[in-house]
Amino acid sequence: MGVLKILRAAASGDKQADRVVPPSGYTATLTGFSAAAMAFLAVFTLALALATGRLADRWSAELARTATVRISAPKGQMQAQTTAVLNVLKTTPGIKSARPLSDAEQRKLLAPWFGPDLPLDSLPIPRLIEVVEKDGGPDVEGLRLRLAAEAPGAIYDDHTRWRQPLVNAARRLRLLAGISMALIALATAAMITLAASAALAANATVISVLRLVGAKDTYIARAFVRRFTLRALGGAAVGTLLAMGAVLLLPSAAREGGFLTGLGFQGAEWILPLLIPFLAAFVSFWATRMAALRTLRGIS
Amino acid sequence: MIELASAAFTYGGGDILTDLNLSLPPGSFHFLTGPSGSGKTTLLRLCYMELLPTKGRVRVFKNDVAAMDRDQVALTRRRIGVVHQDCKFLDHLSVAENIALPLGVSGQNVTAQASNLIELLAWVGLEHHADALPQQLSGGERQRAALARAVIMSPDVIIADEPTGNIDWEMAIRLMQLLVELNRMGKTILIATHDLNLIRNVKAKTSARVLRLHNRHLQLAGADL
Ligand SMILES: Nc1ncnc2c1ncn2[C@@H]1O[C@H](COP(=O)(O)OP(=O)(O)OP(=O)(O)O)[C@@H](O)[C@H]1O
Ligand SMILES: [Mg+2]
Repeated sequence: MGVLKILRAAASGDKQADRVVPPSGYTATLTGFSAAAMAFLAVFTLALALATGRLADRWSAELARTATVRISAPKGQMQAQTTAVLNVLKTTPGIKSARPLSDAEQRKLLAPWFGPDLPLDSLPIPRLIEVVEKDGGPDVEGLRLRLAAEAPGAIYDDHTRWRQPLVNAARRLRLLAGISMALIALATAAMITLAASAALAANATVISVLRLVGAKDTYIARAFVRRFTLRALGGAAVGTLLAMGAVLLLPSAAREGGFLTGLGFQGAEWILPLLIPFLAAFVSFWATRMAALRTLRGIS
Repeated sequence: MIELASAAFTYGGGDILTDLNLSLPPGSFHFLTGPSGSGKTTLLRLCYMELLPTKGRVRVFKNDVAAMDRDQVALTRRRIGVVHQDCKFLDHLSVAENIALPLGVSGQNVTAQASNLIELLAWVGLEHHADALPQQLSGGERQRAALARAVIMSPDVIIADEPTGNIDWEMAIRLMQLLVELNRMGKTILIATHDLNLIRNVKAKTSARVLRLHNRHLQLAGADL
């Protein structure tokens, strides 16, 4: 059964069927509140999943396409080795371009660590060559062997060493966020089942009267299902909107560029959290229905 | 309409009813009598399928109750109107809503039946109490409301458990008159009561048979009543 169909059935469902079960004051409030809290958590988990997913994709995509050759050589040989390396790179398939960084660029790279007044000339700083790969990159092992032969001081670094753990961490984080989402859904189902069972137990007399006047189990279940589905939908909608507001107001750390870069939703992603209330309604529809039909089988 | 064949029932202690045979043909009018605690209510509960016999068979509309699934039981109950000893109303619904309850649970449009409902309320003399809550009614009013609920689906069989239990003679006679009218319309009637005067009064008007529960068995009462 589609979510929409369920929701339509739950929302339109006959009012009369709803009235046959007396209203249940504070359990209703508690169910709504729990649904709101779960939805709030779900929105942040979703934001985390999306952000880590983006991070993993970007890191692996961007870093995969660039590499660095680092040349450490005595001052006299530096120029010769640099030329040799550039020649090797030019004739290697899978390399789009290679360009030695200028002194100014190297100074800029090192400035955060050593300050702007670095005397680059008097220090044995290795020369860096920025390499842009193409078509899945070069045959790294072969390239390393050729470099070793032509320029003993050159080391080809395709960033795998420090990229892979980061990408792994981001992927793991996304997996954990996914598991958290599933746990939130299961916890919501469990919570709704408990609340529905309590409501069913509290209304045992009402249910037995309904059975005696010829009500089918599905009719009685519907009264409870409608109630809990709407409650979960309403609560989750409130929780979702609050959480989306909070994400929206999250201070942007994009420029400073820490890990938190882009925690939040981008563009069409804003539609995803809006599905959470419907997911909550769907979960509570089935949880209540199962609980109701199971309980009803025990009443003659 | 309803048949018991060597039926027995126990709540877990000793047998309340043993080797019981009963057949209610269409259009018949039966009284069920017997001392308090003899098992009248229990027998009626077997008839409307709230209980299953521990031995023997109960057949309702020719179907074995033990073989029915839950939905069949629900559908069959819509053809049997029951006035319970304790009325069994939903306390949070008004009298009119309680009377209309069988319509609602069977998926009928209650508002479309509003004129029927008003007629029925007038028939049991409760037209001014439609919006009252059940607990605001007197004992006799409750039992008339219960009768109205029992007949609203225009059932084939009407079962009443002490329908005159806590009402005065005048009112009891009126209520019995309603049941006699229903029987003349072809309904099968089964009434549990220990009020022998009431039985005599009705027997004068219609051909009712009297069954007596005694020592866990059912006997047909003689002409001494
Ligand atoms: N739910 C139950 N569990 C156990 N025993 C029960 C239950 N209901 C009734 N009984 C016992 O079964 C016996 C028959 O009860 P029942 O209610 O059928 O009698 P009755 O003839 O309707 O009495 P009354 O005239 O007072 O209404 C009684 O001894 C009663 O104590
Ligand atoms: Mg009784």
